[in-house]
Amino acid sequence: MKYTSNPDSVVKEMLSEMGLSSLDDLFADIPIEIREQCRIPDNSGMSEMSVRKQLEQLAQDNLCSEDGPIFLGAGCYDHYIPAAVSHLLGRSEFYSSYTPYQPEISQGILQSIFEYQTLICRLTGMDVANASLYCGGSALAQACQIAAEATKRPKILLPATLHPDYAQIVRTYAISGSMQPETIPESNGMIDLEKLTALLDDTVGAVVIQYPNFYGIMENAGAIIDAVRKTKALVIMSVDPIPLAMLKPPGEWGADIAVGDGQTLGNPMSFGGPHLGFMAVNSKLLRKIPGRLVGETVDSRGQRAFVLTLQAREQHIRREKANSNICSNQALNALAAAMYLTFVGPLGLKQAANCSHHLAQYAHSELEKAGFTFPYSAPFFREFAVNVPDPSGLNDFLVSGGIIGGYELKNAMLLAFTEKRRREEIDELVAMMKEYCFEGNSER
Amino acid sequence: MKLLFEKSVKGSNFFRFPLQNLPVIDLQETIPEEHWRTSDLGIPELSEAEAVRHYTELSHRAFGVDDGMYPLGSCTMKYNPKINEWAASLPGFANIHPYQKTYTVQGALELLYELQIMLSVIGGMDRFSLQPAAGAHGEMTGIMIVRAWHQSRGDHKRNVILVPDSAHGTNPATASVVGYKVREVKSNADGRVSLDDLKEKLGDDVAGLMLTNPNTLGLFENEILEISRLVHEAGGLLYYDGANLNAIVGVARPGDMGFDIVHYNLHKTFATPHGGGGPGAGAVGVKKFLIPFLPSPIVVKSKDGFYNLDYDRPKSIGKVKTFFGNFGVCVKAYTYIMSLGGEGLKEVSQHAVLAANYIKHHIAEDYDIPHQGICKHEFVATSEKQSEQGIRTLDIAKRLMDFGYHPPTIYFPLIVHEAMMIEPTETESKERLDNFIAVLKKIAQECRENPELVKSAPHSTVIGRVDETRAARNPILKYQE
Repeated sequence: MKYTSNPDSVVKEMLSEMGLSSLDDLFADIPIEIREQCRIPDNSGMSEMSVRKQLEQLAQDNLCSEDGPIFLGAGCYDHYIPAAVSHLLGRSEFYSSYTPYQPEISQGILQSIFEYQTLICRLTGMDVANASLYCGGSALAQACQIAAEATKRPKILLPATLHPDYAQIVRTYAISGSMQPETIPESNGMIDLEKLTALLDDTVGAVVIQYPNFYGIMENAGAIIDAVRKTKALVIMSVDPIPLAMLKPPGEWGADIAVGDGQTLGNPMSFGGPHLGFMAVNSKLLRKIPGRLVGETVDSRGQRAFVLTLQAREQHIRREKANSNICSNQALNALAAAMYLTFVGPLGLKQAANCSHHLAQYAHSELEKAGFTFPYSAPFFREFAVNVPDPSGLNDFLVSGGIIGGYELKNAMLLAFTEKRRREEIDELVAMMKEYCFEGNSER
Repeated sequence: MKLLFEKSVKGSNFFRFPLQNLPVIDLQETIPEEHWRTSDLGIPELSEAEAVRHYTELSHRAFGVDDGMYPLGSCTMKYNPKINEWAASLPGFANIHPYQKTYTVQGALELLYELQIMLSVIGGMDRFSLQPAAGAHGEMTGIMIVRAWHQSRGDHKRNVILVPDSAHGTNPATASVVGYKVREVKSNADGRVSLDDLKEKLGDDVAGLMLTNPNTLGLFENEILEISRLVHEAGGLLYYDGANLNAIVGVARPGDMGFDIVHYNLHKTFATPHGGGGPGAGAVGVKKFLIPFLPSPIVVKSKDGFYNLDYDRPKSIGKVKTFFGNFGVCVKAYTYIMSLGGEGLKEVSQHAVLAANYIKHHIAEDYDIPHQGICKHEFVATSEKQSEQGIRTLDIAKRLMDFGYHPPTIYFPLIVHEAMMIEPTETESKERLDNFIAVLKKIAQECRENPELVKSAPHSTVIGRVDETRAARNPILKYQE
């Protein structure tokens, strides 16, 4: 299959209009020794039908959440996506357009981003949100860089209860020398407040709190923030939007920066991407926020209009003086998030959060009844860890029964629940876990 | 057009999740009171029909490649094949979790592995990582690799990255966020890297040179082999910004030009859509000696054909993105390369370069084109000839919208005054190119005969020119009742 539009005869016509005889003439400026070395992939083109078959085959080689229930979370969740979201995202005016540099023909994209920014501000309780970043982890890394720069204090305290990918990404970004990540130890699956207090000196630029944390536990945010407020360090909270339907948002806790991954809002898991990172800040940090921002203004006819604004922060204007190099973001995923919130509405979002949490509570009590113990006792939301002697073997056993199990911790498994799970699926999960862990079936 | 929030009617959203057959518990009791959300969510309430109409109306106020030609220079706005979208939405791709056991996601890992092999062949490189989410993210990953490599050799004196004055803003910004100082290399009168200036700027403090080839003027850096020799001799690495790969895919390879690290924008050359600003994918490829530094994990294939994720890579720069990258975008790029095959890819660059030269040839009398000779996939024109009538490039760009065209990239590259950078891509038909040329000629005529018409354009869009100063001076970044 080819997607060019001009047959050979037309190509010849075009060449001759320019006084050229062959397509090769167009590449005469590339040294011949370079051109001669060129190789191309040895696969020949395929018809659409054949490509389709091959892709279907590859897709079938994966066990997906339509094949059986999934209890994996750890930053990526199998929440329901309303039909209208997928349908509307398929409109090519949305997906086949570029960054809205020309406001006159991009009002649809610009308004949708403005609405998304508003929704993120409201969910997180923050003042200003940008148009999206790559993912939750890189959003956190950028937040840490902002904090180090704004406070001129390079040390960034990352809790041991933070998503391990996120912690790694912050450490990778720190190669620039602009910040120094350090770990806050945990105790009972939460930030160890005493040890945090001991770490809080005048070189600390930010303290990161994941809320709920990697183990699904609500960190003691109030006490942590009180401790941090005695210093000049900023508070960065990493959150998932769904729990925020029930839990106190970062803005109300007093966070300076809220970041997170918005996958749960209308974006499929898709093996980890594309999702979206979001960032919202308090108004003091307005000019530090990286990435695109859409603002309201008026046009020459006096109408309300939207436009990319405060671009003087960005790489295409400031070049090496920009505080971030981001250009493309995850606009379509942000649009999906805005659509998701629109279609489920406030009640639907609360239901999704409630129901996920209710199922998690049910699973927790069923596991407890079955004799399982838990590494942590603190209150959790939607996700919790349970002690199992051989998490990897257990996952294999669950897969053999058509269940995609949880995230493997050391001698424990992290289980997540969404509104898509049913009571019967949880009963089956508990039964299989019991069988594997207590009934001597580990040789299976 | 009203905002979502202005259309909200309390009680009008009837979307509900099904009730679960669960023992009743007081959920609030499971959450300590200090964690309860007490504030309103602030999400608007619309019926499904009203919400669908809202987003449909927004789509009517947007312009995509499917709506018309989008000659946005440096952005490679080619047609996005529909089969690619279909493939990425298959449940076996869309509904898999990144932390599943690898034997349950063999199809996904095979796709990633095969894609990185094809990308390696296309670039003349040895290994790719598909983790970076966008072009700038790929640049950052690449420059981190530069840094990690020098450090691994105990060479800590190199703190400068060279960037040509014609480079994209992301290049200097990237070097800077990775902790380097930026030293600019001047272009010569031909619009290419000045070798004299390069020699002057090279030294034992230089970690590498970032280069786009063809450059942002659409010109191939024909002295690339000499540039490569000079940079390597000085102990630096050569980084290829793949923004313009569409010009040479299948014809010439960065690896054969001496580049050590490359990034591709899968959302440009490999036809994945731009999504109104993203998601993209910024695959990063390296020569063999740099493979240990690539982000972790990488997909590996064992002798018995089993695909796995290799995390045991002590020299790796680490992780740049949550999970493994924009997998869905990779599915689309893979589908595209499978559809086209090697020969088809070569035709992509041939037809893209043909289209650019064709437009350039036909508008040469109407517009100033500062750099002569064959261009690659794009070229830069200016409004110099129209300046007597007080017309600026911005005016011409705005007027193009009245004829159903997305404007070209304007005011870039910075080294050309009043630049407009035109990139038609290979998917435009001759008929459409002819029409675009005719429109450009007509606008040139309007500039002579009725300049006010052009200066006040656009006239047919839903809004007129916007007050950008007002937006920046008094930022309103969210809706408030």
